[in-house]
Order: sequence, then structure tokens, then C-alpha cells
Amino acid sequence: MKGIDTTKSFEELVKALDLNNLEEQLNHPQSLREDDLHNPDFHGFIRLLTPKTDAELETMAHTASRITRERFGRVIQLYAPLYISNECINGCTYCGFRHDSDAHRVTLTDDEVMEEAEALHETGFRHILLVSGEHRGKVPPERIARLARRVKRRFPSVAIEIYPLRTVEEYRTMVESGVENITLYQETYLPDYYEKYHPSGPKRDYSFRLAALDRAGAAGFARLNVGALLGLAPWRVDSALTGYHAAYLAKKFWKSVVAISTPRMVDAHEGITPPFPANDRALIQAVLSYRIAFPDSPIVVSTREPAPLRNRLALLGATTMSAGSKTEPGGYTHGDEHAERQFEVEDQRTPEEVVEDLKRVGVDPVWKDWDGAIG
Amino acid sequence: MENLIIAGRTFRSRLFMGTGKFSSPQAMVEALEASQCEMVTVAVRRVDLDNPHDPMMEAIDWKRFFLLPNTSGARNADEAVRVARLARAATGTNWVKLEVTPDPRNLLPDPVDTLEATIRLIKEGFIVLPYMPADPILARRLEDAGAAAVMPLGAPIGTKRGIRTRDAIEMIIENASVPVVVDAGIGAPSHAAEAMEMGADAVLVNTAVAVARDPKRIAAAFHLGVIAGREARLSGMAGTSAPEASSPLDGLL
Repeated sequence: MKGIDTTKSFEELVKALDLNNLEEQLNHPQSLREDDLHNPDFHGFIRLLTPKTDAELETMAHTASRITRERFGRVIQLYAPLYISNECINGCTYCGFRHDSDAHRVTLTDDEVMEEAEALHETGFRHILLVSGEHRGKVPPERIARLARRVKRRFPSVAIEIYPLRTVEEYRTMVESGVENITLYQETYLPDYYEKYHPSGPKRDYSFRLAALDRAGAAGFARLNVGALLGLAPWRVDSALTGYHAAYLAKKFWKSVVAISTPRMVDAHEGITPPFPANDRALIQAVLSYRIAFPDSPIVVSTREPAPLRNRLALLGATTMSAGSKTEPGGYTHGDEHAERQFEVEDQRTPEEVVEDLKRVGVDPVWKDWDGAIG
Repeated sequence: MENLIIAGRTFRSRLFMGTGKFSSPQAMVEALEASQCEMVTVAVRRVDLDNPHDPMMEAIDWKRFFLLPNTSGARNADEAVRVARLARAATGTNWVKLEVTPDPRNLLPDPVDTLEATIRLIKEGFIVLPYMPADPILARRLEDAGAAAVMPLGAPIGTKRGIRTRDAIEMIIENASVPVVVDAGIGAPSHAAEAMEMGADAVLVNTAVAVARDPKRIAAAFHLGVIAGREARLSGMAGTSAPEASSPLDGLL
């Protein structure tokens, strides 16, 4: 994306925006412009996210689908999350792991983590995502690094989705342990909402979290994965800022792939409902806009989304999907009732069923697209 | 059409095919067959070398096709060398298509690390075919280092934009003593024909075939495009600098 100033921090760039004005712009319908379909700048990207007619979305879908085919092919890369722990000292109001919920807490031992990993390996997975709540006492960075080294012997690709680390050096330890991919969602890029949903714990610090992917980028991760949890704040604004963040990171860390996830809030524990629900049309428009503005960025769609929608998104812009996910520690070896889930999985299909469905829509499911020899 | 010889090995087809981006292993195999190619490149990163039934490797009849492993995904010389060693250990071939692409967005090859990896791999006994920027001096340096062929790009990988580096590729062809294989950017049989008319020894195609509605059919069209371009080149087509059978001044001076 042209015209991104990486001499400033991303937080400075966000602060320089008038967010109310941005929201107004985003809510005001703007006709689809032909030139916005080809490498749009940030303004063009914003125009893609404004309300569109069905016919305009159709045009965007044709373009997005063509770009996805040409850049990524008719393939979807599969991965699975492995939850190490659901212990967490944060109070995120929308999350099943928040510290004041009465969730049954489990932290897996190293051997239990390996059992889970073996179960996933047996299923066919070769890309694994290690996930943990924020508890530096029970799951310190050294432990995650150690687990990554063990898991790496079986999985060519190891990713992490954990609390933000404090320094570039801490992140470098992860890279040196074979983790090449980091996912860290800002949840919402809107500071006021962020403060509201994160009343306690280290995660209260918006700036610290926002700069974490800069620390990770400096540490040399091959892939940086951004995302906002749609539903927490007006989706158009969070999608615009997610894209802005992706563009910033892509320019600053030119050797790293910048991937974009589109997690959407479904009811978490205790029936919390999303304050700003993003419907399917919204999610689809976000995916199409990302694909058009970021032709080379992988787009990740998780099992939070229902099967029929995921099958369609595989042809429109998504490139990467989890399958058969268990969002509680021990879920792959101990069944569903072992510990508290972080969120409910909408797509309940087994990995085999996901694979069969993808083949049916003409997409090749890819289990391995990285190698330990690369990093 | 006369044979192509690379590192002492003879190939009847001047069309090389990639194996990524297909909708299924079956669609890939059908396209390979229709293309009548022999040289087939496979990304090591995509192959589960521990799995004897890896779907892609198992789908291809390796008695019919010649395997050219590639180092796709490597971002520097060290990674590329490691991937090449792994490929050799797992498949037994010492041929490698070297790809060193530090920029994941355009996948442009790194000239410095490509040269470095070529030198190191040749020392280790590999037959190296480097994917390279269309730079005539780099082509000479790679050839001096012992590359078995050079593979300049027509346009960035996957863009299907054709031969955008025409002048540089013409210079590379003019000066090369090893085969020149135009790799990347070839989006249509006419682009393949154009490269062959220019005097390229072969072309490598992947995306244009894999993402076509009918990969098999366009693969056959690429086969014809390559033959048409090569025949045109050999015909002494007007306006080209194809070598003449004899000097115009022969016997006059």
C-alpha cells in the first residue's frame, strides 16, 4: 500500500487520525471506483469498506476471487490451534478465560502438550498454533520456547498466539526456537472501546499491545498476523485500522509476510453478546476489501465461522483455515469436557470433513506449506 | 525440434512445469500430461518428506517426469542451502532449482544470496538452476560460478504479465553459454512463444496453467506455444538476430 509513513510508530499514525471523522467517512456510502480495485492506497481501501450495493459487492467478489486464485492458487492451507493453558490474569470482558470467570483452569504439562501435538500430527496437521492465556507465572516465555522446540521436531510450521512479550530479545528467543509465525490481535484498535473491554490485567495497556508486533517484526518472525475481533466496536473502523496496521508492518518489515485474520465474536462464556455485531455481509465485505488491498496477504478464517460460510470464503479471499479446533487445553486428547473453552466453535466439522468439503468446492487442502529447513 | 541439454541430460520438451496452486493433485497431473513436459519442479516446503504417501509426490509418475526440487520459501542463502540438502537426502536427486526470495510480497529473487547459494551448492555437488532477476551481469556471474542454466524472470512470480524484462533477457541470451530458461511472469502461450522466439532455450510455467478454468487445455496450448516459438526462432524469422547458417561475407573477402 502506497504512502504509509513508517518513520513514525503505528500508534502515532492512529493518533493522527480523527477516528470520529473516519467512522463518519466509513458509514457514508461511496460508489465503487474502478481504480480502487487495483492496489488502492489507504483512502481507496477505506472507500472499499463503505456501504456497498449488492452489485458492487459482486464486482468486488469477482476481483477478490481472481486475485486469490492468481496469487495463492486454488488451495487452502490448514492449521490447528493447541491450547497450552486457559489461566489468565486479564479481565477481557468478552473472553471465557478472563480471570474472574469461574472457568475450570488447566495448564498442560509438557508431556500433555506433546500428546495433544501427536494427536494433531496423526490427524494430518503440519502447521500448529500454540495458544496460551496470559500467565507469565504458569506459562513463562521460556516454557513456550521450550515447547516450541519440542513441537518443531514434528511440525514444520509452529506459530504462537500468546500475550505480548516485553522485548525484541524475548521474541528472538521464540524465533530461534523455531517459531516463524506470530498471531497477536489488537482486539479493537479504537482506544476508548479497548479501555472499556480490558478493565484489568496487563492487557489494559493498549500501547504496549499495539507495539508488540513491531518487537516481533524486529525479532525476525517470517509471518506477522494481525486482526481485530469483529463485534467489539464498529466493524468498518476496526477493519480499516487492521488494514492500516497490516500496511504499516508490511512496509516496515519487508521480509515478513503480513497475514490478516478476521475473527468475529460469537457468544463467549456466560452468553455475552457482541456489542457491535458484524453480520455475514460485513465479514464478507471485510474479506473482499482486504484481498483487494492486500493481494499477497494470507487471510485467516477460523472455526469461529460456520461451515457454509467458510466454504464460500475459500473461493473469495481466505487462504488459511483452522479445522477441527478445540479451544480448551487438552481438548484433542481428553474430549470436550476437560477444561473451559475460550470460545465456542461454530464449525463443528472434523478435519476430514473440512478437507472433503474443500475438495468439493474445487480447493486443494494443503497440510504442509513450510519446512523446518527454512526456519 | 532438437533436444535441450542441461548438465549433460537431454530433454525433449522445452516447457518446464510448476506444481503449485492446482485445485487437486489430479488436476495437476492431467495438466502435466497435457503439457508434454518432462521437467517438473516441486517446492520442498509443500512436500511432507516423512510421508511416503505425500499426495503431490505420489500423484506424479516419476518415471515419466524429471523431478526438479525447488527451494521456494527460502529467504537467504543459508535457508536455500538447507532446503537443497534436504531435497537431495529425501529424493536422491542433486538437481535443484534455486529460489531465494526475501520479499514475500513480490517474491523477487535476491541477487546477492542467489549467487552465494549457487557457489556453495555447486561446491557440494549440486546441479544448480538459479531463478534470478533479469540482470545480464548476474547471469554471467552465475554461469562463471557453474550454474547449469540460468532462469531469469519475465515478470514477478504469479503476475502473468509476460516478458517485461525483454531487453535484459535478450542480452542474457546473447551472452549465455548455458541454457536460458525464462521463469515467472509467463501468463499466456503467446508469452511462452515470445520468449522462445527471442531465443530462450526453455520456459517454466505454473500459475497460468494452475489457475486457468481448464488447466489441461491451456497446458496443451503452452506446449504448442513453446513449439511455435522455437520453430519460429530456428526459421530465421525476419527481424530476429537468429544465427545464420553461413556468414553473408563467406568467400567474398
